[in-house]
Amino acid sequence: MKVFKQHKGIVAPMDRANVDTDMIIPKQFLKSIKRSGFGVYLFDEIRYLDEGVADQDCSNRPLNEEFVLNQSRYQGASVLLARVNFGCGSSREHAPWALEDYGFRTVIAPSFADIFYNNCFKNGLLPVVLSEQIVEQLFSECAASEGYQLNVDLQRQVVVTPSGEEHSFEVETFRKHCLLEGLDDIDLTLQNTDDIRSYEAQRKLAAPWLFGAINPENSVD
Amino acid sequence: MAGKTLYDKIFDAHLVRANDDGSALLYIDLQLLHEVTSPQAFAGLRLAGRKPWRIDANLATPDHNVPTTKRDGGVSKIVDPISRIQVQTLDDNCDDFGILEFKMNDHRQGIVHVVGPEQGATLPGSTVVCGDSHTATHGAFGALAHGIGTSEVEHVLATQCLITRKMKNMLIKVEGELGLGVTAKDLVLHIIGVLGTAGGTGYAIEFGGSTMKNISMEGRMTICNMAIEAGARVGMVAVDQLTLDYVKGRPFAPKGELWELAEAAWADLHSDSDAVFDTVVDIDAANIIPQVTWGTSPEMVVAIDAQVPNPDNETDPVKIDGINRALEYMGLSADQAITSIKLDRIFIGSCTNSRIEDMRDAAKVAKGRKVAASIKEAIVVPGSGLVKAQAEAEGLDKIFEAAGFQWREPGCSMCLAMNPDKLEPGEHCASTSNRNFEGRQGNGGRTHLVSPAMAAAAAISGNFVDVREMMEQ
Ligand code: SF4
Repeated sequence: MKVFKQHKGIVAPMDRANVDTDMIIPKQFLKSIKRSGFGVYLFDEIRYLDEGVADQDCSNRPLNEEFVLNQSRYQGASVLLARVNFGCGSSREHAPWALEDYGFRTVIAPSFADIFYNNCFKNGLLPVVLSEQIVEQLFSECAASEGYQLNVDLQRQVVVTPSGEEHSFEVETFRKHCLLEGLDDIDLTLQNTDDIRSYEAQRKLAAPWLFGAINPENSVD
Repeated sequence: MAGKTLYDKIFDAHLVRANDDGSALLYIDLQLLHEVTSPQAFAGLRLAGRKPWRIDANLATPDHNVPTTKRDGGVSKIVDPISRIQVQTLDDNCDDFGILEFKMNDHRQGIVHVVGPEQGATLPGSTVVCGDSHTATHGAFGALAHGIGTSEVEHVLATQCLITRKMKNMLIKVEGELGLGVTAKDLVLHIIGVLGTAGGTGYAIEFGGSTMKNISMEGRMTICNMAIEAGARVGMVAVDQLTLDYVKGRPFAPKGELWELAEAAWADLHSDSDAVFDTVVDIDAANIIPQVTWGTSPEMVVAIDAQVPNPDNETDPVKIDGINRALEYMGLSADQAITSIKLDRIFIGSCTNSRIEDMRDAAKVAKGRKVAASIKEAIVVPGSGLVKAQAEAEGLDKIFEAAGFQWREPGCSMCLAMNPDKLEPGEHCASTSNRNFEGRQGNGGRTHLVSPAMAAAAAISGNFVDVREMMEQ
């Protein structure tokens, strides 16, 4: 997994509440069997004026000039500033894949939907929760100065503004550790193979009906 | 010490390891797989040279992309090449790894959340995951079930465990009898209106209270299915006789002596009377009437006799902005009567409402009536091949067809329009699905969430009507 220690970049403000995963990456793009290449379809429905289709070349599509990511001042943005309940809706990991593929390394919002929040960590994308009040302040600062950048320091758990003001944020120790070291979850879990095996043996005694029922031979109905 | 909640009991019983920082390794009894969120997980597994930990803890079926019109030609005849590759990829992956899959033309194929319970794969007290946020559906069986991302699908395949942490407990206590023509769908829509789309974030919700005891398993599944629309990954209902009656005799359910053992073990699957919930929400069911969503989020819901909200009545700027955006997207005006909304298409289906009871509810309203001439298309999509067969045995397909509905093959269909069933820009749809997000049912499409009976009534009238009026006739 991609390492995340500290990241400084241009901020793009996504000024609406409850941005859902259908908006982040519409369903027609979920047909891909790959993990990459979703960045050009990020926010497709509000980013382009035409209807997007999977596997399409986006370079000549008509842009919605009003959409934040199409404005020249936000080109190259890698920090997304968002409102409450960002990423609500489906479990599609294509949402963080699209954000990451576009070039975002971190999303700052007052709150996130659970599954989305979780999925971000698996992809080296850091979701940062700051209070509504601070997020509001960042929105105004961002609107006021072109080229506004934020520095997100995971090690110290702070977001640093251009004036040097620091806003601290919470992150679970385990998740922080995995991001800082770029650790693969599966490898980590497999270090506990003995624990899993012994749990399983005990489970088999307690609930034997959960073992062996589902397999191709047993599937007659 | 206070007693335990149902969620606590199942969580604790599956704990492989608890870490100091609160994260936990949880054992997973069943993983359901479908074609959209699994290909990258299987690819990851191969890349790392890993094998699934336990084959018999997985069950797969394609649902999101499959066409719902005739599919005699098999996978190779799916018109959309990208959909075809995705369905084919699931087939190949399951074949390669030896995972049981109900393939597209197997009569047991269907929407994962209909198939799992129907096959008795979803069992009380078990942990169930799937790369799909509506996995909460399975919580209706007193199971701990929730959606996960693709990286986690791969993690569960490889380790049979999930890295997670304990959620908070919320009890939604529903009391009072649901009125005639008011369904589980209306109840859950009302609940989401009360909680808001983020009200359940971080919680496992247990739906309890006397009302839940009288709601069928199909209805309980509808309710748990939509827990995620209130932000909660988990929705669950205690095990009772209805649960046991539904599970008994299903293909993968325990039989004979094992059934006896299981039944004894499941007797404890309810929250203890002295269990403490972090939050309790009281809902009065008796005053709920049929619900309709008017906006672009499931919380934007009102009763059928109400009007579209007016932003002038709000003070919160975020709410005002949300209402204004939704009004514009939906092409509605403030204070417009819900019954004045004209519809273009009708969709009866999805993992929320495509079970046999839903088919019966809709057919009851459609019987002897005709779909309004102004409706371009009204489709009924059963949730699985077995639901379809059962409905046909009861003659429901004939009732629908005589009324002018199309009777389709099972799948997700117009719930999210990954297959050819979709809305055109600007069209209004009465839909029994679970999400009315912008573009969900097709670019520019306008979705209104309702119960199956309300969708059928809307099809007949061409606009929303209170289905109870049609029942009294
Ligand atoms: S029916 Fe809709 S909500 Fe349910 S699994 Fe399919 S796409 Fe998802």
